[in-house]
Amino acid sequence: MKLMLHVAPGIVRYPLIASVILETGALVNIERASIDAVSGEIVLEVPQDKCSMVKEAFERRGVKVVPLEIPVIRDENECVHCGACVSICPTGTFRFEDWLVVADSGKCIQCGACIMGCPQRALKLVLK
Amino acid sequence: MQEKSLADINERIRDGSARVVTAEEMPDIVDELGLAGAVREVDVVTTGTFGAMCSSGVFLNLGHSDPPIKISKALLNKVEAYGGVAAVDLFLGATQPSEDRGIEYGGAHVMEDLISGKQIEVDAYGAGTDCYPQMDLQTSLRLEDFNQAIMVNPRNAYQRYNAATNSADRTMHTYMGTLLPRFGNIHYSGSGVLSPLSNDPNFDYIGVGTRIFLAGAQGYVMGSGTQHNPQNNFSTLMVTGDLKKMNNRFLRAATFHKYGPSLYLGIGIPIPILSEKLAKSTAVRDRDITVPIVDYGIARRDRPSLKMVSYEDLKSGMIEINGKEVSTSSLSSFHVAREVALTLKQQVEKGEFLLSSAVEPLSRVGSSRPMKQTKESPNVGDVMSRDVVTVHEDIGVEEAARLIVSGSFDHLPVVSRDGRLMGIITAWDISKAVASGKSSRIGDIMTRRVYSVNADEPIELAARTFDTHSISAMPVVDKDNKVIGMITSNHLSRLFARRR
Repeated sequence: MKLMLHVAPGIVRYPLIASVILETGALVNIERASIDAVSGEIVLEVPQDKCSMVKEAFERRGVKVVPLEIPVIRDENECVHCGACVSICPTGTFRFEDWLVVADSGKCIQCGACIMGCPQRALKLVLK
Repeated sequence: MQEKSLADINERIRDGSARVVTAEEMPDIVDELGLAGAVREVDVVTTGTFGAMCSSGVFLNLGHSDPPIKISKALLNKVEAYGGVAAVDLFLGATQPSEDRGIEYGGAHVMEDLISGKQIEVDAYGAGTDCYPQMDLQTSLRLEDFNQAIMVNPRNAYQRYNAATNSADRTMHTYMGTLLPRFGNIHYSGSGVLSPLSNDPNFDYIGVGTRIFLAGAQGYVMGSGTQHNPQNNFSTLMVTGDLKKMNNRFLRAATFHKYGPSLYLGIGIPIPILSEKLAKSTAVRDRDITVPIVDYGIARRDRPSLKMVSYEDLKSGMIEINGKEVSTSSLSSFHVAREVALTLKQQVEKGEFLLSSAVEPLSRVGSSRPMKQTKESPNVGDVMSRDVVTVHEDIGVEEAARLIVSGSFDHLPVVSRDGRLMGIITAWDISKAVASGKSSRIGDIMTRRVYSVNADEPIELAARTFDTHSISAMPVVDKDNKVIGMITSNHLSRLFARRR
């Protein structure tokens, strides 16, 4: 399961992830992190059985946690199933199934590469 | 030799007994029945394609206003349409961006809005003559308010199209979509087995006047399209059709990021199986249609091609380049191309779509020559400075500062012992190093990711690199990456000033 963390500016300097790993013992994989002066966004892959424990541990530290259940939001009226999103996705979220583009849940890291790559402007990030 | 006449086939279409298959089904039928058997069993093969067709547009007649206006410039939802054809005829091109929303809304979007029943805002500016005194007007129109809305597309339905990849170290945003750096992906376009012109590459049926499926309407082939190049299997069609009868399932506006608007269009052509020759050409498979993979990382007209691949390879999702598996995906939609071929199949079966004999065959020779450029722009080598001072990475910051002060550039290329470019150091890098008091060796503070150009590249490329990366100078290197000169934004501005 992937979790998206929204980190407020004040706690960026604190070793959040390390402390949560030590507390929960979960094998966490950091898939994407972008941190600037005003905020931070981190996407983690967390084993299913420790997911709620990890989520709760982050929330106790003041981090907003959103489980990434749906990969991206797709406007079915706009999508023409061209496939422009398929090869630009770094995690292989999209694939063809009898020439219809399907998106697998659990792979998207909300990087946004497909959003601008979609000629029909049919895709949106879950949290934007 | 089995032969049939077009009149026989149209007769069967009228009475509902024509046997129609799609071009995807045809290869197996020919394999099973042989050519003679396929001519006996199949009357019509339907084809289809649905992809970006930039070279498209529509003639719109607005009717005359009172007092009358001779429109010299018109904006439709802030997208400029060409007004240099009589008084109230306009030509709206698919790729024209809007004045207010830029490339996110363009001519193609106006077309999609019109056929979706939306109202568009028109601003027209007149020349002001005795017979057309009105100088400007605003009005709101829907598709039914135009006298005519006739699509005329100079170049559609490419027989096949080069696949695209990118060797450069930055992402390229192109009309072939987002191409990731260092061969990160491959994009292709075209429906392969279903491609209309790949199913009749010798124009045994398709010609001037051939009735076609054009975005849901019945349109016609006007002739061969621009850049028609049948000798190299890159044939194109010029087509026309009534926008008022089109369906927004098969006409979709698109925007290619950092490139511009384009129009996705569904085109299908039913091909009558009159002879074994046509049975054979419509039995074409994806593996028979090959295209080069072209490197869009080289921003020149003659982009190098890396290898030939078939549509079967492209559709497999993975192609090997230089020993690396590269993911492929299409920009055109095979799903909708299939829908075009199936819709056309049903229309022929129901007797709603008759086949036509061509007035003339398409031209078997075409022309897709490069532009004749009478005013050659200089290459980097013509304007660069050759007296470039280079340094090795082990010199100190003080020495680098002295060289910059005594030399003519505030950039110093850093080279290896054999003269190959390793990095660059600027006056700013030196100031930073001095201010922080940290390092005294320039190898530690230089920028290693350095942009460079070759002497035989046009200055436009250097200007674009300066602009894209907000830099003002670059080393010029030879084919061994050895520094032979320096080009700066000063060289370019001097050139520009002299031209004026």
